[in-house]
Formats: sequence, structure tokens, C-alpha cells
Amino acid sequence: MNDMPANVLSPETVLAHIKKNGVTHVVWLPDSETNWLYLLMKADPAIRLVGVNREGHASSIAAGLWLGGAKPLILIQNTGMLEAGDSIRGWLMSLNVPIVLMVGYRGWTRHGVTTDTVATYTERFLMAFGINYYLVESDSDASRIAVAFGEAERTKRPVVVLVGDEYHGFNR
Amino acid sequence: MMHTVDMMKAFAPYRGDAILVPGRSGRYWINLSDNQALDVELGDPAMGGHAGLGLGLALARPDKKVMLFDSEGDIQMSLGMLVTIAEQQPANLYHFLIDNGVYATTGGQPVPNADKVAYDVIARGAGYPRTFTFAEIGDFERALPEIMGMPGPVFVACKVVPEIENEPIGRRRRWQTRTRDEVVVDLRTALATTR
Repeated sequence: MNDMPANVLSPETVLAHIKKNGVTHVVWLPDSETNWLYLLMKADPAIRLVGVNREGHASSIAAGLWLGGAKPLILIQNTGMLEAGDSIRGWLMSLNVPIVLMVGYRGWTRHGVTTDTVATYTERFLMAFGINYYLVESDSDASRIAVAFGEAERTKRPVVVLVGDEYHGFNR
Repeated sequence: MMHTVDMMKAFAPYRGDAILVPGRSGRYWINLSDNQALDVELGDPAMGGHAGLGLGLALARPDKKVMLFDSEGDIQMSLGMLVTIAEQQPANLYHFLIDNGVYATTGGQPVPNADKVAYDVIARGAGYPRTFTFAEIGDFERALPEIMGMPGPVFVACKVVPEIENEPIGRRRRWQTRTRDEVVVDLRTALATTR
């Protein structure tokens, strides 16, 4: 049972959207926000987890999955997204892979006072790469996940969902 | 040491209907292949990613063998990928490593610790259950029937003669006959993928 307040993003909601959009494989590297989501995904036989030890590895694995007819999702933190820049360019953008990357927005705050520099550069990075993105902060925003999947399919490009849960959404 | 072209000729009879990622052997494989639609010669979208590409294909299509021809410069950049592959244990993945000891396309500078790295040992340590290394073409040819009969993931390192390119990239002769987009379309059509 989900007993979380409505103003946070629950892992059950995220998993429901992942499954509703036909994801077969989640290529991921854990971050501090995703442990509960990990436990739910691990228990779900419809989803295969492919763990990487560096975010730059996720793009080529996802490209291979898509080329073979699967539907991957990449789940990483914004720190790793910055590290993975060339792989995102080469393996996702240049091959026109229609994929959603769910990216933990470490350092995100609603009030705009950012003390974590990775948050400073996250949206600037996406704008520099020309990758469209949607911010999801709570369950009430979760419909944007489906919008991202639809846009990725329509444009044949990666689309990012920034999980701006201010560190509490996936930890209980 | 063996020549890459001889290595690919020795391998060719075992390809069957496998998906094949030629990596840096592509210039030779293109003249040997009898099933181009299943050849994934994407060039080098971003260095270090071929192992991941092979893993993704193997996981997406467990009904087909995937032959991956990686290179030591790529795998040095992504050693951690070996751990991910070993954890996933794709029974249909055959991971060949073409080890020429140098960055051939940038003028032949040696890869770090080129003469002392034991890639088969690294792969075994990462968790590949079956690993091999060959320096002579005769040994490679004799072992292939047994290797190809094993379940994956199998890792096979081959020490090859460097073929160094010094022409600026813009002046090199293009050996590919298909664009990257055409390779993608041909493969997905051949695999009847709908996503």
C-alpha cells in the first residue's frame, strides 16, 4: 500500500508508468533517491534490470536493446548524465534511439538557491545537447512521464525526465 | 601474432545466422559476410561502447547468437562493462577481442601497458565463465569449433598485427557501403522489430 503524501513522487507511481509504457529493460546505476524503486523493479518479472558501474555504459547497452527490438529505459543521476555526455551523443542521439532517461535531479530545490553545482549544470547540459526534458516532482506530475515516452517515439530522440524530488521521494 | 583479416576468415564459417558487430574488423568482414543485414557496422558512435552494444543486442534477442568483435582500446575504456556482461550471463554472446596493442587509427600510439595486459584474465576475473587467448592463427583455428559450441558468455582475446593509419581522418578511404541509418534500418527489418 502506498501511504506516501501526495506531494512526493512515489516509486509505485514511477513503476506503474514504466510498465504502462512497455519498458522491458531498465539500464541503471543506483542513486540515493532510487532504492525503493529498485526493490519494486527487482520484484517485478516483467522488467529486467541491467546494472552498470558507470553511466556512460548505459547508452550503448540501451542502443543495442532497442536495435534488437526491446524497449529500454535509462535510470541514472544527473552526476552520471554529465559523465555520459559523449555516449549519449554517439549511441543515442546519432542512432536516433527513441528512449526516455529518468535522471535523478540531485541538488534540485524549488526555491532556486542551489548549493550543489551538479544541479547548476543539469539543465544547461540538456539545453546544450538539445535534449528536451520534463520535471517531475510529485505524483501529480507523473503524467509527464507518459508525455516523455510519447515524445521520444515521435521524435526518435532521447527525452529526459528530471526527478526533482528533493531527496525524499524514493526513500521512506 | 595473427592478421585481423586471417582471424576473420577463420571465423567466417561459424557465423551462421548470428547478429555480428564487426567493430574495427569491419573493413575485412564486409568482404566475407554472407548476411549483411545482420552486420552491425556502425563505425564508432562513441569509443568504448561496442561491448555494451553487443550486450544489449544479446539481451534483446536471446533467440539469436551475437558475435561481438571488440578492440582493446575500447575495452580499456570500459573495463567495467565486462562486469555488467558477466552479471547478465548472456548465453548467446561471443565476445572476441582484437588486440593490436595500439591506437591504430590515431597513428599507432600504444594503449596503456600494452605488452603486459592479460585481457582473458581480466574477463575471467570479471566473471566470464569461459575465456581464451590466442596469438597464433593456427591455434585460433583449431580452438574455434569447441569455442563456438560453448554457451556464452565466452571471451576470446586475439593478439593481432597493428595496421596503423596515419592519413588524416578526412582523407581516409571509406570502406562502408551503407550509412549508419541504413545499417539500423536493415538490422531492425531483418529482426522484424516493431518497437
